[in-house]
Amino acid sequence: MEKLHLEGSAKTPTISFNQETGVLELRGRSIPENSIEFYNPLHAWLDEYENAPNHTTILDMKLEYFNTSSSKCILDLFKRLEKMNGDITAVHVNWYFETEDEDMAEAGEDYQAIVQLPFSIIEVEEI
Amino acid sequence: MAITDVYDFYRKMEDEKIILSFKGEFTADLLTSVLHILESKMIELNINSKQKKRVFNVMVECFQNLYHHIEELDVDNETVKIQKSALIMIKHVDGKFIVRTGNFILNSGIADLKRKLAMVNALTTDELRALYQTKLKMNERTDKGTAGLGLIDIARKSKNKLEYEFLDISTDSSFFCLNVIIE
Repeated sequence: MEKLHLEGSAKTPTISFNQETGVLELRGRSIPENSIEFYNPLHAWLDEYENAPNHTTILDMKLEYFNTSSSKCILDLFKRLEKMNGDITAVHVNWYFETEDEDMAEAGEDYQAIVQLPFSIIEVEEI
Repeated sequence: MAITDVYDFYRKMEDEKIILSFKGEFTADLLTSVLHILESKMIELNINSKQKKRVFNVMVECFQNLYHHIEELDVDNETVKIQKSALIMIKHVDGKFIVRTGNFILNSGIADLKRKLAMVNALTTDELRALYQTKLKMNERTDKGTAGLGLIDIARKSKNKLEYEFLDISTDSSFFCLNVIIE
């Protein structure tokens, strides 16, 4: 299985996913006009990964900011991992926020409240 | 209009502390450029990252609200002609940022928009957060991914009541003015 790497742009995050380590990372900003279209390749990749996942799947969310249309797509991603989480792969979410960025910390808590996944909210100086 | 009126425009923008303004059709590329300009301005003004992100967030939501609204107009309304150009400006006054937008809207859409605006303005910070979570959970969205969260998010980031007016333009349309203050 190929590694997934989507290079970020002014409006979209860098997405990398390594099947061998089970680490999926979203980094940067996510503010595309059409987020469903943007997140489609990730779901296509997950379709394949689902068949033979790593024993752990780590989602590292390192977002600077995101628009409301991305917020639904991020939830889709969590929901999907929620379904995968179990005997075959243990899923863990790391939600990063920069010191003083209480909005991003709150956003993480909002997801934590509605998603049934092990969830760490991690403060860092700079993402 | 005299050539020298450009000076009046300049003075007006200067006095009003407008750091950025655009009038015209809103496109996806335009947002990239506006963000780029705004980013340089923020660095120049030495704005802390929390306020910077809030201004960016509000700007993006306001911009994309207008962008999607104008796109919908194209699809739904071949009978009613409405001007698709809109206005966005960002002011920086006494440490606060103000995002101000103006656009034409069909009168048929006003009641719904007024209801949404009145609702977000009536809620406390905690209530806005609860509403955001509820709406996020509900599986409702358009094929573009818009989810009716825009105004709620703008209100959350603003920490102020949203100010707005509707100006009568014709029997079919009005001009919608929105003013968002970010501390």
